[in-house]
Amino acid sequence: MFDYNFHWRPVLKNIPDLLEAAAVTLQVAVISMVIGILIGLVLALTRMHLSGPARWIASTWVEVARNTPALFQLFFFGFGLGAMGVHLSPYVIVVSALSFNCAGYLAENFRGGFQAIPTTQFRAARSLGMTVWQSYTRIIIPQVFRIVYHPITNQMVWAVLMSSLGMLVGFRELSGETQALASRTYRIFEYFAVTAVIYYAVVKIILAGSRLLAMRLFRY
Amino acid sequence: MEPTISFFSGFQLSDLWYLAEAAWRTLLISACAIAIGTTLGAVFGWMLYEGKLAATLTLNPILDVFRSVPLIIQLVLFYNFAPIIGLNLDPFMSGVVILSIYCASLVANVARGGMEAVGKPMRRAARSLGMSYWQDLRHVVLPIGGRAVFPSWVGVALGVMKDSALVSVLGYIELLKASQILVTRTQEPLLILTIAGAFYFALSYPISRYAAALEQRWST
Repeated sequence: MFDYNFHWRPVLKNIPDLLEAAAVTLQVAVISMVIGILIGLVLALTRMHLSGPARWIASTWVEVARNTPALFQLFFFGFGLGAMGVHLSPYVIVVSALSFNCAGYLAENFRGGFQAIPTTQFRAARSLGMTVWQSYTRIIIPQVFRIVYHPITNQMVWAVLMSSLGMLVGFRELSGETQALASRTYRIFEYFAVTAVIYYAVVKIILAGSRLLAMRLFRY
Repeated sequence: MEPTISFFSGFQLSDLWYLAEAAWRTLLISACAIAIGTTLGAVFGWMLYEGKLAATLTLNPILDVFRSVPLIIQLVLFYNFAPIIGLNLDPFMSGVVILSIYCASLVANVARGGMEAVGKPMRRAARSLGMSYWQDLRHVVLPIGGRAVFPSWVGVALGVMKDSALVSVLGYIELLKASQILVTRTQEPLLILTIAGAFYFALSYPISRYAAALEQRWST
């Protein structure tokens, strides 16, 4: 049945390179998530409390991020901005496209989280003499965080998976590195099989880590 | 005067038709994948729900792999694996196979959720009215559970539609790939990418709004 000789040795020899690339993938995903969470918070609050152009921009951002393919967004940051004379390095392209996408998805999660907190909480905090900033950072956001913790974890996994698109704009994260190595040896199947295993492991580690963290954070 | 040869020609009306054809192919591959994937996913979901222990031990980890490995890696892997086992698939078929399995792995969870949403007493009532197991599934679980998870199913289906853009790595000329080809010829990435993005948006946005509205109406 198999007319094909599997050659795993070139792949195994290059596993250190692949693991290094996996670290790049993880790094890109984490940076995009941090930026995405911050922008997502701003977008969610803007959509809830402001009106006029600011609200319009935030809504457009969220809807475009959610209703177009991530690959399209990546191409837009890569080639679209290039046409406007903004030339970014592959690293910046991937991080900005991922942040854009994550911010859009997270904004909707955050909005749901904020709406789940009764407004009386805010009023109670204010009448205890807290400033707006204090009541948000000490009362509202900790509660919202608990609600959106699980969606954030999911989004983190998505960020790792989406970063694989970097391979199409010439970014050498795990997928890009794999493609580069595979085209050197023509062991495409073997290389991508190992990469799939690495991705699976990364995702599982993230999920396990988030579960451990949740046990520590949400003890009460 | 020296005649100059232009390698690039501007964006013409006929290119719009080319994009429309490509958009049709995007729709075609998504429709096939969503139809097969939903059917498979419903069966998997039912297996996860009914065969609790056996399914969590065997089926769930397998489906989990498809959710934890980037789609692009799955596509490249399968496209290079098929010839090894003697299958000669064109990019369209490979794309449909992987997108269907990917869709099924996501729908399985949705379908299980839907079945869990139907209360046990309701099902016992159906059985004690003399309905057979299949009648119960068809006339009680499907309408009630289906309604509960319809919005999340729409989300999955739209996700698959957007992810179908990734089949372009296999050389299938769908909307995003077609726009890349046009960009190479016309050197007008901004305009063409905007058209491609607008198409995805026009398809996805109304459907997602409709699903959100349904969710709102059914939840009250």
